[in-house]
Amino acid sequence: MLKKLPNAMRAAFPHTIPVLTGFLFLGAAYGILMSNAGYGWTWTLLTSSVVFAGALQFVGIGLLTAAFDPLLAFLIALSVNARHLFYGISMLEKFNSIGKIKPYLIFGMCDETFSILCSTEPPTNIDKRAFMLSVTLLNQSYWVLGSVAGALIGPHLAFNTQGIYFVMTAFFVVVFLNQWQTRKNRSPALIGVGAALVSLLIFGAENFIIPAMALIVVCLTVFRKKLTTEVDE
Amino acid sequence: MMPTTTQALIIIGILSIGTAITRFLPFLLFPNAKSAPRYVHYLGKVLPAAAIGLLVVYCLRYIDLTTSPRGIPEGVAILAVVLLHIWKKNTLISIAAGTVIYMLLVQFVF
Repeated sequence: MLKKLPNAMRAAFPHTIPVLTGFLFLGAAYGILMSNAGYGWTWTLLTSSVVFAGALQFVGIGLLTAAFDPLLAFLIALSVNARHLFYGISMLEKFNSIGKIKPYLIFGMCDETFSILCSTEPPTNIDKRAFMLSVTLLNQSYWVLGSVAGALIGPHLAFNTQGIYFVMTAFFVVVFLNQWQTRKNRSPALIGVGAALVSLLIFGAENFIIPAMALIVVCLTVFRKKLTTEVDE
Repeated sequence: MMPTTTQALIIIGILSIGTAITRFLPFLLFPNAKSAPRYVHYLGKVLPAAAIGLLVVYCLRYIDLTTSPRGIPEGVAILAVVLLHIWKKNTLISIAAGTVIYMLLVQFVF
């Protein structure tokens, strides 16, 4: 595995460039906010390494500056990250016999890593497991580097970065389009977007994810017969 | 009221454990993918595309259509990404151009 890693890293790197851009800037924004909240770069290094969940880390700054409430922290962690359940179910088969690296691949499966792993196959001369490990390692290292750098040098940044976070949106749009090219993905993709929009309209931006997930599962279950024939074609 | 160092470490530990639960639960429930129920197997096939659709909406969740700029910068930039991607089929070009267009729009136009 270790011998195969350098080649796999080289093959994986181009796929992670958008994530590199997004994570350096988003991570930097996080590091700056942590510093402003009184938590220096060692704290940022800790959270980015052991929590490694962007949205939750931002919410976590609030928890780290308010009255101590561990139960609230736990419930927020579960609800903000509930979407990971979908990623796990999606990856059950791909991760089934990957050996020792399995716990780390599961731990490191953020939105961006999931998107790359479920939409990209490595070139035939590259070891599959080493490729998946490379994507996961590269993406997490970008996040850790970006956030620590933000904590250290953020206040001295002069470049106007307003809007740079859109790189993550553009990234997911492109993954969506790549998936769309496979016909069998189209109905589930439409269900995903449609259920999310309906839920967003009803529950609002802060609370729509879990109802959206429920609605997606209901739709996928109701249309199972029809979708199964599409998937198997 | 700032938590003490110990309390902050506990909070971070809990955030880490909570996140790990959401990531590990499916694998703990179905340690062997082959023996998972057929329904779960089916979900594993259709969920990726649905989850990416959900993620796109998630990125756009704070757009307010009732107040300026009414999601126009996002709409224009996404249209650019889609058209470029159909035309050039190059992931990096599509993402870079879309992001630059969005940044120009929010910095200089809106």
